[in-house]
Amino acid sequence: MLRAPRAFPYQLLLPATIVMLAVVLFPLGYSFWLAFRNMSLYHFRVHDFVGLENFRLILSESVFWTLLAKSAAWTFVNVFFHVTLGVLLAILLSGPVRGKVLIRTLLVLPWAMPQYISALTWRGMFNYEYGAINLILKQWLHLPPVPWLSDPFWAFVAPILTNIWLGFPFMMVVALGGLTSIPGELYEAADLDGANGWEKFTNVTLPSLMPVLVPAMLLGTIWTFNNTLIVWLVSNGGQPADATHILVTFIYKVAFTYSRYSYAAAFSVVVFLLLLGFVVYVMRRTSAQERTA
Amino acid sequence: MKKPADAWTPGRVFVQAFLVLFAIATVYPILQIVTISLRPSDQLYSTSLAIIPPGASLKAYGVMLFEKPFLLWMRNSLIVSLAVTILGVTLASTAAYAFSRFRFAGRDAGLYLFLMTQMFPATMTMLPLYVLMKNLHLLDTFAGLVVAYTATALPFCVWTMRGYYDTIPYELEQAALIDGCAPWEAFTKITLPLAAPALSITALFSFMAAWSEFLVARIVISRQEMFTLPLGLESLAGQFQTEWANYAAGSLLVCVPVMALFIALNRNIVSGLSVGGVKG
Repeated sequence: MLRAPRAFPYQLLLPATIVMLAVVLFPLGYSFWLAFRNMSLYHFRVHDFVGLENFRLILSESVFWTLLAKSAAWTFVNVFFHVTLGVLLAILLSGPVRGKVLIRTLLVLPWAMPQYISALTWRGMFNYEYGAINLILKQWLHLPPVPWLSDPFWAFVAPILTNIWLGFPFMMVVALGGLTSIPGELYEAADLDGANGWEKFTNVTLPSLMPVLVPAMLLGTIWTFNNTLIVWLVSNGGQPADATHILVTFIYKVAFTYSRYSYAAAFSVVVFLLLLGFVVYVMRRTSAQERTA
Repeated sequence: MKKPADAWTPGRVFVQAFLVLFAIATVYPILQIVTISLRPSDQLYSTSLAIIPPGASLKAYGVMLFEKPFLLWMRNSLIVSLAVTILGVTLASTAAYAFSRFRFAGRDAGLYLFLMTQMFPATMTMLPLYVLMKNLHLLDTFAGLVVAYTATALPFCVWTMRGYYDTIPYELEQAALIDGCAPWEAFTKITLPLAAPALSITALFSFMAAWSEFLVARIVISRQEMFTLPLGLESLAGQFQTEWANYAAGSLLVCVPVMALFIALNRNIVSGLSVGGVKG
């Protein structure tokens, strides 16, 4: 660690801290306060303290547990494919490949697209009669069309496919950045030891990527879990019949369609505590691994 | 070196084919937008898979550039996104340096706090944020948007920068400090140039966070002439039946500056630390 006047690190942190306090911590505190009251469309100006009533309601309803399972599935499938595809593509791209710059640029395009445009385009592609995906299935592969947006199961698969497409370029760029910081000497040493490609991957590449990948994965998990936009736009607000919601899209609907502000605030506090528990658990485990390694 | 680097081994052919096919599949949805933007208005419902539709016309692009306030939206978006990029990189590179190089009271708590801000569902920060901006008279200003977007991008940027600083040996700075160099100089003259790849990622991320954001923009901005691109394009998509081709054309035009920026920064991201002469 470096030695500097005691105030120096705080001076470095001050500007960032001010911004975070104003824009993030104030709203968080306000939402916590709201979660214990009964603010809704009918009680907008005058609302009362209701204690844990909102939380009791949430945890006693079966919808919460169904949504929790769907949020978990949504997050796991997405992050799994983001990371595996991202790392795989980054490693392949750092080898001898023709047209490397072009391919890399094309692969980053989904990230460059504004998400709402991508979501609406994919929704068009999932259209039963005119969508490109069913047309490809029919005209090229001679398979029956899939009821992407009308069947509850496929209507949940459709946003997942969309979000995998959206998310892998980010992990690929992160992995590419990490790959460049691995000294070539490590691979030369591995070559001298007679390591094969897989051994080089598990013993050199992966451990060296971890300092960059772990924070990206952790944040990726949280972002995916909290991603309202994609499910909302691809399934058009939870259609058919609110069957495709995950936790956060349900909160969005409850807050802005049904105007149950305090109930929605309590719901988001529950989601927040769930994620907090998850992150603390992961951080404990990774720092424990660092200590034993 | 066992084999010459440019030999086409079966493995290499497979990798090349895989990457090319994967790139084509990745780009296909974007080609769909191209197709729709070229479609004449009488062919809204078509079962053709042709990339260039029959009777293709560039009319929608002309409409977007000359009849719609598209260039104004783009100007607004550029102002906001560039301000967020500068602010985001500045705040993240300094804060992350403190986390990486110094032990101080509240360090671990601070790092956790940055992460925690990512965990609250965005939906419920919007209502309080609206109240705050209203009280500070930041509604319908770019300043309000810039501050909000910087805050969304900061946690990730701080964590990325810190992770990268951690991989840079600090002996050089230490030596400079012992020689009487000020801590701020050691940071800006020694560490910051070495962190160029991470700075590029931070810059790109901050820019993107601002460029594609819709939900906060919709709350903060209500005057038409202040619309950013997402708000403007969404206002076209609202009239879905009639403006679908215009909307698709606009979406494609939106990608141009982003692509330019990415390609410009890409070299930095991938060239890595090979220039720096520092070895731990």
